[in-house]
Amino acid sequence: MPRKTTIIGILGILLYIVGCYDGLLVAPADRFMGDIQRIMYVHVPCAWNTLVCFTISLVAALGWLLSGARARAEGRAWKWDELLEATTEIGVVLGAFLVVQGMLWAKPTWGVYWTWDPRLTTVAVMELMFVAVLALRGFVDEPVRRATWSAVVTLVAYVNVPLVYFSVKWWASLHQVQSSPSTVDPAMVLPLRINAFAVLFMSIGLMGLRTQLARRQRQALLGESDSDSTASSGGAA
Amino acid sequence: MKSQRIFAIGAIVVAIGGIAWIALGNLGENLVYYWTPAELHQNAAKAAGATVRLGGMVKTGSIVQGTPLTFEVTDGTDTVKVSTSEIPPAMFREGIGVVVEGTVAADGSFQSKRLMVKHDNEYRAPKDGKMPDEKAMFGTLDDAATTAATP
Repeated sequence: MPRKTTIIGILGILLYIVGCYDGLLVAPADRFMGDIQRIMYVHVPCAWNTLVCFTISLVAALGWLLSGARARAEGRAWKWDELLEATTEIGVVLGAFLVVQGMLWAKPTWGVYWTWDPRLTTVAVMELMFVAVLALRGFVDEPVRRATWSAVVTLVAYVNVPLVYFSVKWWASLHQVQSSPSTVDPAMVLPLRINAFAVLFMSIGLMGLRTQLARRQRQALLGESDSDSTASSGGAA
Repeated sequence: MKSQRIFAIGAIVVAIGGIAWIALGNLGENLVYYWTPAELHQNAAKAAGATVRLGGMVKTGSIVQGTPLTFEVTDGTDTVKVSTSEIPPAMFREGIGVVVEGTVAADGSFQSKRLMVKHDNEYRAPKDGKMPDEKAMFGTLDDAATTAATP
């Protein structure tokens, strides 16, 4: 029996097929941009879910840092660290997709792949800071220290998330402000919504698998260090 | 465990402080991606000799095709004449937002080295008759055939 999150993930893949079909073949092309505008159906859901993933990372970081001594001792607090590892990684991958999709959309419409406007700059900083969280995790082997340090850095990195969202409202930018159903043709809103849930569900599916992997890795690490110490005390002599 | 709480509270304070500083402080004034024509005129001394960005709308009727391509960028009150030897993106047209990167010439006109088109957050299907689709074309053929036959 597969995990519930895996079923949600598979549902996400199916939804994504439906959403992309609707976006690419059913929805009308934009009056000015033509078919290029269809990148929106993958770009915008990707953007939303990047921010969702990092927000779950924030919750996980707080969960770990605020968990009591008893939750730590009983091992119940580890679920927060596993979740942080999973969502940060998925968020970074979605963020990379986001930038590439954005560049492909920007070249034919804006005329450039990249420019240091407030939205693009804040996204780049956000992405790099969450990459830094993953890099930090790679450098620290001791699980408790790794969990605490990466949780603290996640809190600081999260500052970028509201900045990314409000960058187009606060500062003059090349990137347009957020669309709403009133600025988007109803026939375009449907595939956008479908794909938003599709990417969310796929992310949940990956979160389930990735948290499980993180748990097994930590257990193996702790198990290994235990057996190593017994082996060295007994066998090395 | 205690030191960890201090860590956590410290990080939260830093994070919230950072957002508040950026949101409420005047960092935004120093973080300028482009100047409007009015702002460019106000900052004429600073803009002289430097690479700057100018943003605004392409004034209706101001586009003169050729080499260089010239047009006027307006913010409703002030207007700056822009010339560029670059090929504009397909979205370039009258009344659309643009951001141009370049320098201000001695005569006050803007020499653009990079022309970027800014689009709004509206996504609409083409209106009827704006972009012909196949069925509509066949429809007009039928109409043409019947109208040609009747008179």
